[in-house]
Amino acid sequence: MTDSVKRAAETPDEPMPYAELGMKQDEYDRVKQILGRRPTGSELAIYSVMWSEHCSYKSSKVHLRQFATKAPKSEALLVGMGENAGVVDIGDGWAATFKIESHNHPSYVEPHQGAATGVGGIVRDIMSMGARPIAVMDSLRFGAADAPDTRRVLPGVVEGISHYGNCLGLPNIGGEVVFDPCYIGNPLVNALCVGLLRKDQIKLATAPGPGNKVVLFGASTGPDGIGGASVLASATFEDESHAKRPAVQVGDPFMEKLLIECCLELYAADVVVGIQDLGAAGVSCATTELAAKGTGGMQVDLNLVPLRDPSLRPEEILMSESQERMMAVVRPSDIPAFMAICAKWDVPATVIGEVTDTGRLVMTWDGEVIVDIPPGTAADEGPVYERPYHEPAGQAALNADTPDRLPRPDDLRATLLRLLGSPNLASREWVTSQYDRYVRSNTVLAQPADAGMLRISEAMAGAEPTTRGIALSTDGNGRYAKLDPYAGAQLALSEAYRNVAVTGAEPLAVTNCLNFGSPEDPEVMWQFAEAVRGLADACKTLGVPVTGGNVSFYNQTGSTAINPTPVVGVLGVIEDVAKRVPTGFTAEGLRVVLLGETGEEFGGSEWAHVAHGHLGGLPPRADLDAERALAAVLVEAARRGLIEGSHDLSDGGLAIALAESCMARGVGATVALTGDPFTALFSESAARALVAVREEAFEEFAALCGDHEVPCSGLGTTGGASLVVEGVLEVPVEELRETHAAALPAIFG
Amino acid sequence: MSAARVGVVTFPGTLDDQDAARAVRLVGAEAVPLWHADHDLKGVDAVFLPGGFSYGDYLRCGAISRFAPLMEELIPAARAGLPVLGTCNGFQILCEAHLLPGALTRNASLHYVCRDQKVRIEQTGTAWTNSFGADQEIVLPVKHGEGRYVADTDTLAALEAGGHVVVRYVGNPNGSMNDIAGIRNEAGNVVGLMPHPEHAVEDLVGAPSTDGLGFFTSILKKLVNA
Repeated sequence: MTDSVKRAAETPDEPMPYAELGMKQDEYDRVKQILGRRPTGSELAIYSVMWSEHCSYKSSKVHLRQFATKAPKSEALLVGMGENAGVVDIGDGWAATFKIESHNHPSYVEPHQGAATGVGGIVRDIMSMGARPIAVMDSLRFGAADAPDTRRVLPGVVEGISHYGNCLGLPNIGGEVVFDPCYIGNPLVNALCVGLLRKDQIKLATAPGPGNKVVLFGASTGPDGIGGASVLASATFEDESHAKRPAVQVGDPFMEKLLIECCLELYAADVVVGIQDLGAAGVSCATTELAAKGTGGMQVDLNLVPLRDPSLRPEEILMSESQERMMAVVRPSDIPAFMAICAKWDVPATVIGEVTDTGRLVMTWDGEVIVDIPPGTAADEGPVYERPYHEPAGQAALNADTPDRLPRPDDLRATLLRLLGSPNLASREWVTSQYDRYVRSNTVLAQPADAGMLRISEAMAGAEPTTRGIALSTDGNGRYAKLDPYAGAQLALSEAYRNVAVTGAEPLAVTNCLNFGSPEDPEVMWQFAEAVRGLADACKTLGVPVTGGNVSFYNQTGSTAINPTPVVGVLGVIEDVAKRVPTGFTAEGLRVVLLGETGEEFGGSEWAHVAHGHLGGLPPRADLDAERALAAVLVEAARRGLIEGSHDLSDGGLAIALAESCMARGVGATVALTGDPFTALFSESAARALVAVREEAFEEFAALCGDHEVPCSGLGTTGGASLVVEGVLEVPVEELRETHAAALPAIFG
Repeated sequence: MSAARVGVVTFPGTLDDQDAARAVRLVGAEAVPLWHADHDLKGVDAVFLPGGFSYGDYLRCGAISRFAPLMEELIPAARAGLPVLGTCNGFQILCEAHLLPGALTRNASLHYVCRDQKVRIEQTGTAWTNSFGADQEIVLPVKHGEGRYVADTDTLAALEAGGHVVVRYVGNPNGSMNDIAGIRNEAGNVVGLMPHPEHAVEDLVGAPSTDGLGFFTSILKKLVNA
């Protein structure tokens, strides 16, 4: 029997399964108060998904506001937080839109489909801004590399990203792969997509104009991921989680590729008034959000939704997370043109309703009204929680347990090779060779470069030429954030910002994916609050606004949460993409120059982790003024053509940066260090980079560093077949390569 | 004379069509978009079947595309001598259409592989390889999950005996029989290869080589001299 609005009014006391749908008693009471009656099953479905943590940000909202209140003034910001993705002005009439989003829980339950649909979801977010998606990146975290479950999860995740992204024809230009035992039951799969559009062609998720038609297009609706949004994404894992397998959606990248080309043609024909992708919470989310941001009302006949499984009930249709679907608002006169374009691309499209000015979202099923709600109450007026938080009980002891007590190694050559062959620093080729980095032929830099870089000019057919390019990097360090979430978030931003700058691009804007444990745990909530505060403060100091992002809570198994892991993506612009700076030593006879200052900073370091399994003390100091000055030098030096190659210093310090720079093109180097060689080689002080400078350009480059007060020390010269640190170590580049290359294949085959 | 016109086919799910068209333009030829659903080759002088996942690679790579309306025009034209180059998915389609023998199956590693691959040009008499030197070694990117060339013993022997192996891997990335990266038909007008010359045509982007240009200058030379 259909639970209609009429029936709900007649049966006010009928018990509803709000608790099973993840809704609290007081939340349910509020729904009753809003409606003046009990909700129907369909209305309960809508409120339960829209008010879930995943969709409503109810625990994070009060903190995330700092990204707006502390936002630096930026003329580049065209669309800020709150839309499907932020949009920034990259010059010459072009705009870029980019966002990173998590698909953590589904990727643990079903690694291949979980990760694949993570890519699919973020790509549709970018499409719905009116952009052509032009590249993806992935920031991945797994349990210990040699743990049995990692051998289940990692290959599945990589294959899922590989299959979906490759079939879509989007180059994968970078990202991260990190191993730490804390992620064993909660791997992190954060997918980023960047898109390109003309500045004046931004589309928004809005449904204005009474009488305009609501069109659902793309794949048909099936029982995928029903309850996924509220049950999967917002519930803590316990052992029975494997029983939830059917809750993970299944992706069809072929349909998504057709959707991309179809949407771009719809935009070009100017037949779209508003558009929204269907992601978490499917039709519920798209209809309530479009209606809430438009004229305010919408009438939908749910019987018109094309179904893959005809037995689906309206509640299930509303909650289904079937992939590859979009919803557009179209003027009635444009419907024939809209349908013709969809038919050209073999994309099914159906008018399911129209925009009204009633202020109500009304849905019918078999002629009966089953939903009648003010859409804003579901989309924007969800609960907001001021969750209690306090510093974790063990935090002071953790910070007091500094790495000072750890014995320093005698054999620095062996230490270098051990680190270079450790899972976190070894070559990522086992992963990245499964991704197409060349498709669309605009990839200027990709893994293992510090940042991915794309040229703009040829990225869209028929567009005006420009010399510009964009660079992107994502970074995060859960160990740093565990030791100090405020500094950890700032260090994540610093590293991504630096990685963009070393390629010669000027950092412009930020996206973030905040991965944490349960917000109901005050200690986790403290980590979250501190990380957001740190990131917002750092964005202000560095002058790069947050344009959007995503929060993923409940990354914990039982009472054990992951290390707090804010992952930060930075987008930068290079005026002349031909002047990009490649990663590493590009030729013999170049001066090797270290920029920045090195202190004795081993808290949370890769050395402490690999050599001693130690995590304690404080992370390196986040020095934002130094980062800003360093970036200014790098960008200006690239503009003037002063540097031939560069590399940022991060995990594993100078030793790893030197080794990676040598391996990039098989060019060795001989350097001399001052002070304690162990600290010089392995400390992880921030705001540092390595550059290779032509002898005749060195004077001008040193003067530029002086202007910006960036410490600049010549370490030696590139050349030869070995990395030589005078009086300390000597390793043939070939041996570096073998060690670096062997680690992941040894584990994953 | 008017520029040589090279058709670039787009099926649903084709991915490298823009790249191929750009490479065609880079050597000074005209790139003509051809649509899978049209019975129309638009009078082009040669056809490039680009890579991708046409029809999602559902059923079998290339198995659905070979029945596209455009293919009904292309197959007889190719048999009559129209120069055709299929790369990656395009090679798979040519095999499914029986314009070339053998089949492309799942990589021996069972993983998709994207890497810069050294290959040797072994036949320089085809419409698509006449710009290369004999046994010239070049670098082209490969990027595929199903690029392992297989054929029965007789077919393989015939390919080798007839000099139909056009491109051979130097360091086999996928387990292909006889390290075969690309083959030609008897007449030499139809060539299929797994590597992607269209991703190795500019210094700024793509693979760290511009060796792919040779395929495009070859067809231009062939058409202009024809």
